[in-house]
Order: sequence, then C-alpha cells, then structure tokens
Amino acid sequence: MLSAALPPFAIFFIGALFVMVTRGWLRMLILLALPFIGFYNLLGFDHGSYWQTSLFDYTLTLMRVDKLSLVFGYLFHLASFLGIVFSLHARHDTMQQTTGILYAGSAMGAIFAGDLITLFVFWELLAVSSVFLIWARRTERAYRSGMRYLIVQIASGVILLAGILVHIHNTGDVAFNFIGLTSLSGGLILLAIGIKSCFPLLHNWLSDAYPEATPSGTVFLSAFTTKVAVYALARGYPGTEILVYVGATMAMFPIFFAVIENDLRRVLAYSLINQVGFMVCGIGIGTEMAVNGAVAHAFNDVVFKGLLFMTMGAVLYRTGEIRGSHLGGLYKSMPWTTTFCIVGAASISAFPLFSGFVSKSMVMVAALNEGHDIVWLLLLFASAGVFHHAGIKIPFFAFFAHDSGIRCKEAPWNMLLAMGIAAAICIFNGSYPAVLYSLMPFEVDYIPYDTTHVLAQMQLLFFSAMAFVWLNLKGLYPPELPSINIDAEWLYRKLLPASARTFLTAFVPIDQHIRAGFMKKFDRTMDEVFRHHGPHGVLARTWAIGSTVLWVALLLVLYLIVYYI
Amino acid sequence: MQDQDDRKHMFDDPKNVKRLLNGFYVVCAILFAADFIVHRHVYHSWENLWGFYPLYGFVACVLLVLVATEMRKFLMRDENYYGDDYLVDEPAPDGDMRVVKTEHNTHTPFTHYKEDAGSPNKADKEGEA
Repeated sequence: MLSAALPPFAIFFIGALFVMVTRGWLRMLILLALPFIGFYNLLGFDHGSYWQTSLFDYTLTLMRVDKLSLVFGYLFHLASFLGIVFSLHARHDTMQQTTGILYAGSAMGAIFAGDLITLFVFWELLAVSSVFLIWARRTERAYRSGMRYLIVQIASGVILLAGILVHIHNTGDVAFNFIGLTSLSGGLILLAIGIKSCFPLLHNWLSDAYPEATPSGTVFLSAFTTKVAVYALARGYPGTEILVYVGATMAMFPIFFAVIENDLRRVLAYSLINQVGFMVCGIGIGTEMAVNGAVAHAFNDVVFKGLLFMTMGAVLYRTGEIRGSHLGGLYKSMPWTTTFCIVGAASISAFPLFSGFVSKSMVMVAALNEGHDIVWLLLLFASAGVFHHAGIKIPFFAFFAHDSGIRCKEAPWNMLLAMGIAAAICIFNGSYPAVLYSLMPFEVDYIPYDTTHVLAQMQLLFFSAMAFVWLNLKGLYPPELPSINIDAEWLYRKLLPASARTFLTAFVPIDQHIRAGFMKKFDRTMDEVFRHHGPHGVLARTWAIGSTVLWVALLLVLYLIVYYI
Repeated sequence: MQDQDDRKHMFDDPKNVKRLLNGFYVVCAILFAADFIVHRHVYHSWENLWGFYPLYGFVACVLLVLVATEMRKFLMRDENYYGDDYLVDEPAPDGDMRVVKTEHNTHTPFTHYKEDAGSPNKADKEGEA
C-alpha cells in the first residue's frame, strides 16, 4: 500500500468538490484526470483490509481488497472514464458533472466496503447522487420519473438496513461475507439487493427512469447501480439456488417488452435487465466457472451496454428524438456512430470475436454442467432474443430502416472518442480474453474458442437474424409505433391512485353519514345540557342571598334535631 | 428549411440491399451445411440433433416476435397515458439538424418538424393536437 493512498471513493468525492468549484478547461482537466489518479491509487493496494475503525462493539472496514472487489474496482474506474469523456460536451452542467462523479465514488465505496454498515451508507449515497442525473434532463417528465426512482431506491436502502440490523442482532457480526438465504435477515438483504438488481416485478424503476435521464446521465447510470447489486449478490449469495430461476426469468421476460418498445433507450434498459439476468443466474449456480462467468459478463456488459447507450445518447443529442417510429436512415449522417453501434450490438449478441461471446457462454456451460437443462434452454432463448432486439432492432431502426429524412452532423468528438474506446475494448476482450480472465475471482479454466462453440453460436445468431428478415419481408414484424407499454409501474402509477380514488368516493359518503349522525347526537346532548345549565336552566339560576340564608338556617336546625335525637 | 438530399447513399439503391440479403442467405446456408460436416463435441444430447441451433434460433425469434405482437393488444397505450406529455428534446444547436425530402423518403412518420415551426416541441404538440 502506498504511504499516501486514499480510499477510492475519497478521491472521487474530493474530485467532485473540485469539479463543482471550477469551470471550463480546468474542470475538464480535473474530470479527465480523476479516473487515472483513482486507478493509480488503486494499483497500490495489496489484498487485505484497510481503514478499520471501531463503532461501539463493531469493527467497520472502509476498504477490503480481494480479487472480487478489485475487478469491480478496475471496472468502475474504466466506466467512469468512459462516462466522463462522453459527457465532456455538457461540462458546463455543474449539477450533472458533480453528481456523476459522486455517484461513481459511491459505487466504489460500496464495492470496497468490508462491513454491512459501510455498505448501507454507500448504498444510500448511490441512490441520492444518481437521481440528479435523471433530473438533469430538466423536464417535468424526468422530474417525476426521478422521484419514483428515488422512492424505490430509498426503499431498497431501508430494507437493507432492516436486514442488517436483524443480521447483527442474530450473529453479532457486521462483516460483509457470505450471507445466504437461511434466515430472515438473509431474506431482507436479498430483497434489498433484488430491488437494485431488478428482480422480476421489482425491475420497473430501471426501465422507467433510465430512459428519462440525459444522454450522458444514462451512460453513468447503466454502469453502476445494477453492477453494485451484482457484486453484492456474488459476495453474499453465491450458490443460492432460487437465483438460478430468478435470473432465468430476468433474462426472459424483458426481451418481449424490448421487441415492442418504441423508445430506443428504453429498449436498451430492458436489455440491461436481461443481461443482469445472466449474471444473477450465474451467481445462483455458484460454481467457480459460473461466478467467473457472471463477473466477466458484468465487466463486458458495462462496456458494451455503455457503448450502446452512448450511441443512442448521441442520436438523442443530435436529433432530439429517440423514438424508433421517428428515426431511421441516420447512417447517412452519423456513419461513425453507426459503426460503433454495430460493434456494441455484436458484443451484446455475443458474436465470436466480440466481448459478450467470451463471458456469456461461461454461464451457459456452467448451467449445463450443473444439470439445469431447462434453464439452459431458456438462456439460449434469451441469447437469441437479445440479438433480436438489441443486436438488430437498435441499429436497424435508428440508423437504417426507412429514411426519416433527418440529417445532422456526426456526434461531437468527445462522444466519438468515448464510443471508439468502448468499441475497442469490446473487440479486445472478445478477441483476447486472457486479460479479462486473469482478473476473475477464481482461476479460469475455460476456452471459449473451439469449433463447436463458435459454430453453434454463429448458427444461433444467423438464424435469429433470418427470422428478423423473414418476418420483415412477410410484413409480420410489429412496426414501431408512437406508444408506451404498461409494465409493473402500472400498479403504482394507475392502479394504486385509481383504487385510492375509488376507495375515497365510496368511503366519503359513509364517512360523512357517520359524522353527521354523530354531530346530531352531539347537538342533542348539548341542547340538553344547555336546557339545565344555560342562562335559563334550572341549575344555572341565580338565587337571592335571603333565600340562601333561609336554606342554611333550615339545614342547621335539621342538624341540631338530628344531633339531640 | 426542407431541402433535397442529392447525395446517393449506400442503401438508397435497392440493388445493394438485395446484394446484402443474398450474401446473408449464402452465409446462413453454409452455416447450416456445416452441421453435417463438422464433428462437434457436445455438452448435451440435444446438441446432437442436426440443425438444433439454427432451428432453435429461428423458432425462438419468430415466437418471440409473434408473442410480443400479441402482448401489444393489452399492453400498448397512448404516449401520454400517464398524463405527462412526451416532448422531444431540442437538438444540439451546433448539430445542424434538419429534415430533408428525399425520393426514397417513402415512409415519413416524422411529421412534427414543420418547415415554419420555431421549436420542435411546439411543432410536436401542434402536430399531434
């Protein structure tokens, strides 16, 4: 460890302060330097625990370095660098730049946290800092969406805290290690992580809020929150069988939504859930190969999903439009963006030589090895589906399809640079996976490139594409329509308000009736009281002093008589 | 504001689209045929079936699209269903964004950027009103 080293999050928090008070070129310089300073700082750490302090009887560990946390640490530095380069055109936006850096720092704090209390603190910081990236869009729609996002994220934090308190009460231990699903606390913590990693029905905050953020905000968002959750699952719940089925469901259901979604960034949001499904599934299988696959896929996903969000962000930035129904033909105006998008699409679809290929297959082979045949078939279905909606639909409807007549300039230089670097990493990791594999938590004993695997994957993908071509030629492919699709959010955006209204309309008359009856009774009682105690009431009359004296005298006489008897 | 885009682009020529598709069909055929030539080691007995992967990929995607299209019937709503208006963003000011008429521009749902409209947002609302 270097003598002057800092915890990774501290570098970003201090950096955010500098970003906030500087302007122009100086700010740009600081922004660009931050990931490099952070990375250099991180290289100085050996495995072990640092900055341990005591709080009451518990030992807090601000930084725990091992293979699992390190790979996420490297990944988050890379992701923050890509996000920063991509957002340089908006460097005047102090709110977005500052909170983006704070958000990246919080993510690093969370993955290096060695105990549950520290984890909780950064868990909440993640929520609070990231919502500003949505609000930075500065529309009413984004504001409301951000509010919903914040409520869900804070709820996740509260549940996490409850789980942690029960856990500490039961075990007396705050360290963040394997938790498992054997106790109430394990269930609560898993639920909290499940919200952040988009378990089915808990997923809607992501597909609701991410597409409402700014072009660069979404790039930041896509990298951190869900991957912190994946890290937490890999740390606390490897081998928890229910995760296999949860993961398979997550990989399956979003692709149906993605096919009919019109907002192309929302299509990517659904496909993000689908990719996290593969990771959750791998963690649930829990063998060394499966966990390696999950972590490697998280690494690749941050880069290729970031790249895809960048290309769509560039389209939104240049044209102001992101609906598939209103786009098309942009390859004429934005050829570089188109090329990078196709690289991202090939990577997420796991084409040989692109990054998804070397990581997704590890999870799938592990599923087969452990006898999860049905899950393997579902994952294969999801692989074909992801190619269909993210691999073909995104580039096709944005850049090709029908010419929308939109002409604009190519994306600005900083966006092209960020996309170019991300695309290069996708191809590098896909073609030369040894570097990625060397970072994995366990020894990797897997060779992705053999004839069988390459051929099988090529067949699967090309015939998926054939289905797209065939459906299009037959006119069976659902056209992009200006529309939205209802999802789980319908429950709290429509059903809940509507049932509240129904309840109120039914309840208010009854309530009024009861109140009116009560008031009538009350009035009657008051009248009665008034009759006796009012100004003319028999008990409120004023008596003359003479008659009082007479009555007192009479009482005394009565007393005397009684005494002498 | 509307002008012609006189430059010819790659896929403006239907011949190029045809060429691309033909190339694609050839690759598909080769991949399918490879099943009968390449000896593969398998993890699972299903993989021994000839054409397992091509058929699975094709059928999966067709199913996916048909089911999703059916889902539209009960999931699809108007863009402003939740009451918050969908507004398009202002395009970046230095991006030189414009909408042109082209002879290939047969399908133009992009109607709300009107020639004389100042702001696209305004035009959008007027267009849909």
